[in-house]
Amino acid sequence: MTGRAPRWKTGVGVLLTAVMLFPIYWMVNVSLTRGQDMRKSPPDWVPLHATLDGYRAVLDQQLPYLGTSIVIGLGTVALTLVLAAPAGYALAKLRPAGAGALGFVLLIAQMIPAVIMAMGFYAIYLAVGALNTLPGLIVADSTIAVPFGVLVFTAFMSGIPPEVVEAAEVDGAGALRIFWSIILPLSRNAIITVSLFAFLWAWSDFVFASTLDQGGELQPITLGIYRYIGNNNQEWNAIMATAVVASIPATVLLLVAQRYVAAGITAGAVKD
Amino acid sequence: MAAPPGRARRRWAAWAFLAPVTVYLVVFYAYPLYRNLDLSLRDYTVRSFVEGNAPFAGLDHYRGVVRDPSFGPALWHTTVFTAVSIAFQFAIGLGLAVFFRRHFPLSRTLRALFLVPWLLPLIVSASTWSWMLNSESGVVNSVLQRLGGSPINWLTSPRWALASVTIANIWIGIPFNLVLLHSGLEGIPASIEEAAALDGAGPWQRFWRVTFPMLRPVSAITLLLGLIYTLKVFDIVWIMTRGGPADSSSTLATWSYRLGFGNMLPAFSPGAAVGNLLIVMALMFGLIYIRVQRRQDAP
Repeated sequence: MTGRAPRWKTGVGVLLTAVMLFPIYWMVNVSLTRGQDMRKSPPDWVPLHATLDGYRAVLDQQLPYLGTSIVIGLGTVALTLVLAAPAGYALAKLRPAGAGALGFVLLIAQMIPAVIMAMGFYAIYLAVGALNTLPGLIVADSTIAVPFGVLVFTAFMSGIPPEVVEAAEVDGAGALRIFWSIILPLSRNAIITVSLFAFLWAWSDFVFASTLDQGGELQPITLGIYRYIGNNNQEWNAIMATAVVASIPATVLLLVAQRYVAAGITAGAVKD
Repeated sequence: MAAPPGRARRRWAAWAFLAPVTVYLVVFYAYPLYRNLDLSLRDYTVRSFVEGNAPFAGLDHYRGVVRDPSFGPALWHTTVFTAVSIAFQFAIGLGLAVFFRRHFPLSRTLRALFLVPWLLPLIVSASTWSWMLNSESGVVNSVLQRLGGSPINWLTSPRWALASVTIANIWIGIPFNLVLLHSGLEGIPASIEEAAALDGAGPWQRFWRVTFPMLRPVSAITLLLGLIYTLKVFDIVWIMTRGGPADSSSTLATWSYRLGFGNMLPAFSPGAAVGNLLIVMALMFGLIYIRVQRRQDAP
């Protein structure tokens, strides 16, 4: 099948990709546009008079939001791993009675819209005083990633050959020891996949942030952007510059971990 | 005969490993959902929300939202938004999956780049589309005018708002369909199509008669996941139009949010009732999805 017009296909492929990614190009282009050119008609197709004003505004106004988002993202990753990895091990290797039912519950849990969960969380957080707190938001954000994490860990750990575990059992290792020194080190790829998605989803979360952290002192970048738009801000270069900066984690993820991303999607990821 | 001690210990160990996630599911999934149900079955006001002594209202709020003039449009918009989004995402995703099926120079890189829209935070995509579709200064209207058309009030006219958010949502969902369908195509052995080619089937016939039927299991999974995912889309619509103007792009998800959080005086109980209706819809398709998947996994 080689040699049959592959060049022609590359040309079409580049064209299709360019069309698909045009909105992203446009976001970058607008982020570099000067304020006075913002409403020019027709718009500048390339940033001829590029300015960094937008990015300066990000540095001045958005840094606390970005820092908060990093903390929330890392917290969500930690919580998700601590909950999901042991559960995946139990479901894949120890298979107690009731494991099937738990797997079913996790699949169902993945399908519940976050916008609905938010209302229940709001009622609970109001009662216990967890509104507008970072731990509260981290717990809520983790609900997006935990079911997915357990399913990924279960699928991955099921693929670890039983002989590996049996050999350790013969040597007298207990379940905890096997999990910690054998299963976890072998599950590096699953750990990376789950961490990446947990971070990305927490970083991108708007629903929980806008309901549970409306009045918080520390707010994530999604609310930073939303504030910008909501204030009827006309400085679209600053808004788009913030959007560009908020896209960095997704871009990094794609550059360093492309195969994990595809693996995560095919694992049945239902994104919120 | 009692179970050997090793097995009993193993069972205890298994549940020790499962205990954290089980407790978590009860406290942070089941309990919020229970609270949500409770909200919808009682008359909560801002005061009783804090004091927790709302009177029982039975199914009144469900009756109320179904009779509400906003209900019909929200249900209809949810249906149209979901059906149109999925149809286009699937068709475009399938076309791209077929295009990327045979390797060519750069194919891997380009396919990776196609994932970007799916990975971006929704607020980034939504605000970018908002500015692109801006009536006066948006690039879309600028192109339309250059092509001789007249500008469209994409986000501010009731005729176009739903179409605008649907377009943005299709763009976001294409990568998901592409990845799943592409991996499905990879699973079909080339030898089958080669055999069909030897029998004289042209490329068009080969695809529709041989490849596409073999892709049916993956297509079913892709469509069902798309359905579950699209039903609950909220961010895009809320950020771009807030369901407006005048409810013209409101869906069940945005309506529920607006009732609970979007007004000065929150209506938690009706909001929760709308939300629970949406959960029932999502779970219906979720159960179908699980059935289809189980049947495919069975030999």
